[in-house]
Amino acid sequence: MHITIKYFGQIAEITKTEEESLEFSGSLISELLEMLNTKYSELRNKDFQVAQNQELVSYETELTGAEIALLPPFAGG
Amino acid sequence: MSRYNRHIILSEIGQEGQDKISKAKVLVIGAGGLGCPILQYLTAAGVGTIGIIDFDVVELSNLQRQVLFGKSSLGKNKAIAAKVRLEDLNDDISIIAYSEQLNYQNALELFHQYDIIVDGCDNFETRYLVNDACIITSKPLVFGAIYKFEGQVSVFNYKNGPSYRCLFPNPPQKGAVPNCSEIGVLGVLPGIIGSMQANEVLKLILGLGDVLSGKLFCYNALKIQTSILKIKRNETVIQLVLDEEHSFENKQINIDCEIEVIEVSISEIVSEKNIQFIDIRESHEQPKVDNLNVTYIPLSELETSLHKIDLSKKKALFCKSGMRSKHAVKVLQGLNINNCFSIPQGASEIKNYIKTHNKTVSNAK
Repeated sequence: MHITIKYFGQIAEITKTEEESLEFSGSLISELLEMLNTKYSELRNKDFQVAQNQELVSYETELTGAEIALLPPFAGG
Repeated sequence: MSRYNRHIILSEIGQEGQDKISKAKVLVIGAGGLGCPILQYLTAAGVGTIGIIDFDVVELSNLQRQVLFGKSSLGKNKAIAAKVRLEDLNDDISIIAYSEQLNYQNALELFHQYDIIVDGCDNFETRYLVNDACIITSKPLVFGAIYKFEGQVSVFNYKNGPSYRCLFPNPPQKGAVPNCSEIGVLGVLPGIIGSMQANEVLKLILGLGDVLSGKLFCYNALKIQTSILKIKRNETVIQLVLDEEHSFENKQINIDCEIEVIEVSISEIVSEKNIQFIDIRESHEQPKVDNLNVTYIPLSELETSLHKIDLSKKKALFCKSGMRSKHAVKVLQGLNINNCFSIPQGASEIKNYIKTHNKTVSNAK
């Protein structure tokens, strides 16, 4: 499956890109995250939520979307 | 011509809409980067009652983005300094400044007095406190948060919509996400995000347009990219907050970005050699501790008077009650000036102490 992944805030600083496209054959969001954790080891220590096709989803959700976003919380004001 | 003419001539608002605005009561948490534009536009729009809660004081490094303040506000409490500026902008309305920290003890009672809560704070502890207090008191929450060049906006707890905990169920580990004072922020960014929050507040008051409920708006100022992500209400996390309602007021706030300030009693340090005593009260404040070798640097001039600080000595700061001196120590530590302590006793007490112990005190005059 061809997936575009968007990274926000501190996550984009770890991945050093705000967006990337890749081929992935797993079936769950959590499997994709495992792969990303391997690719970007610092990701493991970060808090973030995942959106699939612009909708927030749990890690156990089936991977169906073309667009995934990794969204961390922001503290500043 | 009426002050609100440009609202009233809009058919979508009219006099009826403007009356709704003047009857609305809005509480803004924090008068910082987000709070300033929020407060400015809500005041200009004529929101009838505006509450501002902030315990912090204005520092020079705030002026890059906190547009309500100027040099004359330095060293003053942000809620009070904002009120002074806003009353000049619009004296038709009632502006209430709370110069205290929002905590679990005062939040519920305060929130009950307002229709809409706006979050412009700068730390997760307060964000979760605000969110939970909004759930308990059934108040809509206009949320905004920023990180360097990016911002998030949403309306939570509106007509059975999701809350902040439905998006991020628990606060991140302490220190995991830096705030603006630690990492920096583009000055105009809170202006953009805060203005969007003010816009959502007015839409809520007027019942106009599509409220940003159930959605998180994400903005990247460098890429001029926006995303809107859908969020679902999570009944389980909301019920957990409601189940804890009875113990809410027993919780303690512990702001994680707080820098530790060492407090040392006057009796412990008064005879130390190599120490500089600094009175950070404003010049008119009495009594002067004239029986001790003191350097006078009012808090409002602290950052422009660093040359008066003797870097080779320990610095012991005091004020009237130990509150401002604690803050001043934080400011100095932020500027990498170390070896600073706050004396918890006030000037009167210090003066009396020296008087009583004069012969044994080496720093006495």
